[in-house]
Amino acid sequence: MTGKTLYDKIWDAHVAHEAEDGTCLLYIDRHLVHEVTSPQAFEGLRMAGRKVRAPEKTIAVPDHNVPTTLDREEGIKNEESRIQVEALDTNAKEFGINYYPVDDIRQGIVHIVGPEQGWTLPGMTVVCGDSHTATHGAFGALAHGIGTSEVEHVLATQTLIQKKSKNMKVEITGKLSPGVTAKDITLAVIGKTGTAGGTGYVIEYCGEAIRDLSMEGRMTVCNMAIEGGARAGLIAPDETTFEYVKGRPHAPKGAQWEAALNWWKTLYTDEDAVFDKVVTLKGEDIAPVVTWGTSPEDVLPITGVVPSPEDFTGGKVDAARRSLEYMGLKPGTPLSEVAIDAVFIGSCTNGRIEDLRAAAEIVKGKKIAEGVRGMVVPGSGLVRAQAEEEGLAEIFEAAGFEWRLAGCSMCLAMNPDQLAPGERCASTSNRNFEGRQGFKGRTHLMSPAMAAAAAINGKLTDVREVM
Amino acid sequence: MDKFTTLTGIAAPLPLINVDTDMIIPKQFLKTIKRSGLGVNLFDEMRYDSDGNEVEDFVLNKPAHRDAKILVSGDNFGCGSSREHAPWAIKDFGISCVIAPSFADIFFNNCFKNGILPIALPQEDVDKLMDDAERGSNAIITVDLESQTITGPDGGEIHFEVDAFKKHCLLNGLDDIGLTLEKVASIDVFEEKAAQARPWV
Repeated sequence: MTGKTLYDKIWDAHVAHEAEDGTCLLYIDRHLVHEVTSPQAFEGLRMAGRKVRAPEKTIAVPDHNVPTTLDREEGIKNEESRIQVEALDTNAKEFGINYYPVDDIRQGIVHIVGPEQGWTLPGMTVVCGDSHTATHGAFGALAHGIGTSEVEHVLATQTLIQKKSKNMKVEITGKLSPGVTAKDITLAVIGKTGTAGGTGYVIEYCGEAIRDLSMEGRMTVCNMAIEGGARAGLIAPDETTFEYVKGRPHAPKGAQWEAALNWWKTLYTDEDAVFDKVVTLKGEDIAPVVTWGTSPEDVLPITGVVPSPEDFTGGKVDAARRSLEYMGLKPGTPLSEVAIDAVFIGSCTNGRIEDLRAAAEIVKGKKIAEGVRGMVVPGSGLVRAQAEEEGLAEIFEAAGFEWRLAGCSMCLAMNPDQLAPGERCASTSNRNFEGRQGFKGRTHLMSPAMAAAAAINGKLTDVREVM
Repeated sequence: MDKFTTLTGIAAPLPLINVDTDMIIPKQFLKTIKRSGLGVNLFDEMRYDSDGNEVEDFVLNKPAHRDAKILVSGDNFGCGSSREHAPWAIKDFGISCVIAPSFADIFFNNCFKNGILPIALPQEDVDKLMDDAERGSNAIITVDLESQTITGPDGGEIHFEVDAFKKHCLLNGLDDIGLTLEKVASIDVFEEKAAQARPWV
């Protein structure tokens, strides 16, 4: 018998029922909930007279709609947004689930709050009605996004109907060069595999460059597994993971910690396990990257030039032509000459303390270029508090950035934080789709350090030149 | 859930790859707490200009395709956000079948929960159907789930694959939660064992 992958091990530990055709009921250890994809699910429960099966394993926090401006206490001005957040308040109370309301300092983006509070632990199954649930895979937890019908299914049964995905290994060998970060890794991987390269797979990220990453960096890598089409991204837990988890409010304590640790240490891919697909990148080959188009696979080193549609084949030719028109870019233009109007630092991809430190380091003692507006949105109230304690908030404010309250903000622009038509943004978020950050807004994805460098120079910039 | 058995109607061509769920239903329409009423905003930013007027050359605004029941599109359809508002909007518009060379995972699953049949076919079959779709009401297409066939206007048949369990649920309009609750004893047993093995969870 061949060995098991990390995914195989977690999967096997959570199958509550398996039908003859391989359709399984997968038991869910943690269900994270936010206000946008849950109201219809709670309403479904109510109409059927059902309860939440495991309210103690269900955690809710509003994040998508919440204002990030300091006048948040005055309430949400947009009526629909307000109703959606109030619906979550009511549902959390009525169904007795764990809840961090808007005025709680622990409130923030659901994928930042879960790990921060120790809800996310190695070996768990974690779901949320949000595609970036993949983030939690950084802990060696099997974590993925689900639709609202499935949210209702998990609320009612604590299980999901699933068939097993295939195993894919993404190995990043060696060391990263200075100026290259977790965001560059994850974008470079998608640039190589394409946005459908992971479809049907669960990815395990491994290799020296991954091992060397902090938990924050690992979360950034796994967060964008979905942008590569994968159901989930995983990184085997190790001392870095255990160190991060230990002492968090909902992490096990005492004898339970020891018992948990014993099991967590078995969560790795056996040497003789077989992957269905393997992708390898050399750490030293990865440069600081940016996206040029409207798909996360449109990735190039910052030293590159805007491509031409003719550089591609098949359906990508028309897609590239459409992207370039939407983005207002001419083939052959050096990426480092593309001027920007806005900078967004935040999101579940890059809204953690380490991301803010990396951006602050570039910004320190400098000013945002004239005519550029910059916004820093911490991923949670606790990240915000820590950044203030470390003096990062002062650095950002002195440079001319707006220092905001926690939320999803301009990553998807459901709240008032939006780009105007035609505005071009250097963004640390995860999607550069048409209209994602605002109607006709133009998004270039990059790392926090790269976004900070772009803010200072007023154009896309190779961070290595300002380090 | 609505059953899906057979569907006969006009197909609309959308020859783009990587059609994402932000395109299908932009975020400003996710603020609803209902499932219904999203059809009018399907593909909103492609379908309307900034004044809210219809963009004439967008496929679903063309007289030939306004009543489409089938959508034919490119690779990796439905990528991006997990928003079930995307299939809700498609269904509410009147489309119950999407045909493409490949689909993003979450969108694909979401379709089956809403009486929509997503069909993945080889590129050459999609190309053929895309040509048919261009002809609007002159090229009616029939999709039969039971026999897993698509019949084109020229009578040619294309076979498609579908997961047996998902097919069964769609043909009978079965509610997943009801089905799972029939196995609640297995969940109880699992939960008890897991609580012993991993009490910290």
